[in-house]
Amino acid sequence: MAFLLKGARVVDPQLNLDAVLDVRIDGETISEVAATVKPQEGDTVIDAKGKVLTPGLVDMHVHFRDPGFEYKETIETGSRAAVHGGFTDVATMPNTNPVTDNGPAVRFQIDRGNEVGLIHVRPMGALTKGSKGQELAEIGNMVDEGASAFSDDGHGVQSAGMMRTVMEYVSQFDRVVAAHCEIESISAGGVVNEGRASTRLGMFGWPALGEELEISRDIDLCRLTGCPLHICHISTGRGAELVRAAKKEGLPVTAEVCPHHLFLSEDDITDTYNTNLKMNPPLRTAEDALALQAAVADGTVDCIVTDHAPHAAHEKDCEWEISYFGCIGLETSLPLMVTNMVRTNKLSYTGLVRAMAVNPRRILRLEPVKIAAGYKADLTLFDPEKKVQITTEYFESKSKNSAFIGAELYGVATDVFVDGKRVLANEVVVPGGEK
Amino acid sequence: MLSVKHLIDTNSLTRDDIQQILDTAQSFEAVNNRDIKKVPALRGRTIVNLFLEPSTRTRSSFELAEKRLSADALNMGGSTSSVVKGESLADTIQTIDAMNVDMFICRARLAGTPQKITEHTDAVVINAGDGKHQHPTQAMLDLYTIRKNFGHLDGLKVAIVGDLSHSRVVGSLVPALKTMGAEVVLVGPPTFHVDDPSWFGCYQTSHFDEVIGDVDVVYMLRVQLERMEGAPIPSRREYNRLWGLDERRSKLMKPEAIICHPGPMNRGMEINSEVADCARSRILDQVNAGVLTRMAAMYLLLGGDSDGISA
Repeated sequence: MAFLLKGARVVDPQLNLDAVLDVRIDGETISEVAATVKPQEGDTVIDAKGKVLTPGLVDMHVHFRDPGFEYKETIETGSRAAVHGGFTDVATMPNTNPVTDNGPAVRFQIDRGNEVGLIHVRPMGALTKGSKGQELAEIGNMVDEGASAFSDDGHGVQSAGMMRTVMEYVSQFDRVVAAHCEIESISAGGVVNEGRASTRLGMFGWPALGEELEISRDIDLCRLTGCPLHICHISTGRGAELVRAAKKEGLPVTAEVCPHHLFLSEDDITDTYNTNLKMNPPLRTAEDALALQAAVADGTVDCIVTDHAPHAAHEKDCEWEISYFGCIGLETSLPLMVTNMVRTNKLSYTGLVRAMAVNPRRILRLEPVKIAAGYKADLTLFDPEKKVQITTEYFESKSKNSAFIGAELYGVATDVFVDGKRVLANEVVVPGGEK
Repeated sequence: MLSVKHLIDTNSLTRDDIQQILDTAQSFEAVNNRDIKKVPALRGRTIVNLFLEPSTRTRSSFELAEKRLSADALNMGGSTSSVVKGESLADTIQTIDAMNVDMFICRARLAGTPQKITEHTDAVVINAGDGKHQHPTQAMLDLYTIRKNFGHLDGLKVAIVGDLSHSRVVGSLVPALKTMGAEVVLVGPPTFHVDDPSWFGCYQTSHFDEVIGDVDVVYMLRVQLERMEGAPIPSRREYNRLWGLDERRSKLMKPEAIICHPGPMNRGMEINSEVADCARSRILDQVNAGVLTRMAAMYLLLGGDSDGISA
């Protein structure tokens, strides 16, 4: 099966490329990239004029809930959501049930992803058994089975001594430790940002300090152990500042941020208690959101992730304090970034591709995907001018707990190629690829 | 007519709303002082008292207010409620709503519960205290008591003292006082301070003695011993020495200043007996005003007119 994409704006910072070109895909790989490529017999020709073609987008922080919480999401429905949002790869967090803390559990997710036939599922393994922060998990075995990184996401490793052990151990494997930074004795019971929101809403605050103190600690442990450290879902300006300083020092530290922390703030939580805005870490101040946008623009923050956290309706249609943390994000991430960062000239397409494709692949130690002959055809084609109204019907995800329902956004993925298969064709998800 | 459909918080009440509630409450004084303490104002209306958290005084105050207005009341909550059995709030409310009720009075452990209830019923909802968020009828009875004492609220200075961070009283009393033109200062241990006093537009301090001589109302909060986490105060004794209202400290008050407390009191902790029962104390007036202001709120929210009470 061969495809010829005619006249797309091809953006690939790895090749210093931003030009209108034709791209031919033959089998699993890109066969030709040139100003004009002539169709061969049997080629499916796709008119890509006005659209942007990039290396396949990667979301390195999602929760697919499979196994254990299949009523919220499965590897199949999560993969559909990923493709619909323009992604070719996702890294799934290990807080499944049972926890993904061993080789066979990692292998299960990869195999299940392949059976579904849409995207590359790149599981992260747990750092500690059961993500309890007590004993090392079999990290070597998980590396052998294909784990892309390691994290106890959902909780920080509370003991500094245990975190040191974990980072020393992982340092032998060329994998990052992805740290959810939260000192639980400080965040204790907090459900909104401490400050204006906690006062106004009469709820316990989860202060910025609870996150920043652990970022500091983990950066110091990175310096000590040499283990590459990736800071998950940074939510404060000060957090980004700590990462900026660590990078300046030359430490192997990277960081990610979620669209909801970039484009929403505690002020958006009104007296209607929309529980889809309950996040961990919580929505911070409007100043934090602006500082994070700047950190994305200057490269301090390496990548955009969604922390895609599906929850069933009944887990959100309840009192704020007992509702679950998190929102889905895979299907709104690209449009939010296009609308709020690229169209506002805060970020170039080159910067967008770095943050959503190039950097996450590097952090997950995946093979680079470049838009050049011979490379794996994992590609995303999106229409930056196409407008979409986000409604619950828009989602392929099994859960509908989006923080952006009602938003009008620009930038819709129209086609996604994974291993040369067209798994999203004109916005329609096609498991196994178009026949 | 009030400008709101429900009474969820005091932030959304206008000065006129508060005035109407207080004036209507005043007109009910006559009813409450008669031998036959009952008017037919809400005859045939059904009110559900949904108390999802233990409460004695607020609950009995609402129940009496309902009886005096001739409403039919249904009591739910505590260990008998389905919420305790694991039913969701949405299901509980939809179930009761299907029985055609006119009003929910809701007390809840979780902030925002009354607001959530409004999403599942067309009935009117009164917040009878939600977590550490708000307790608007408490604010109304406090305002009533203070206004009755001074004849006005404008220009008064009120110190709210004690366990600020766990207090739903603060959440609703401060905005209501400010709307009515009073000034508020918050006093308490730093470990009990509200996270962002600027949200309330208040000065916040730890030094009681520095402010007590300046205020017209000393409003002592109950230390919520059942909500203590992380041991924020060393002992009852130390709390009483630094933030308790005892006889010595009460002598620093302005001669005409009064003492309030929402109850129940921890005697010997935030307030000493000799002060709680002294002539300045308006604590029992507050309890009395509770029935009046709750009658007023229910009456107005169910369509009553602020100058229509003649019964």
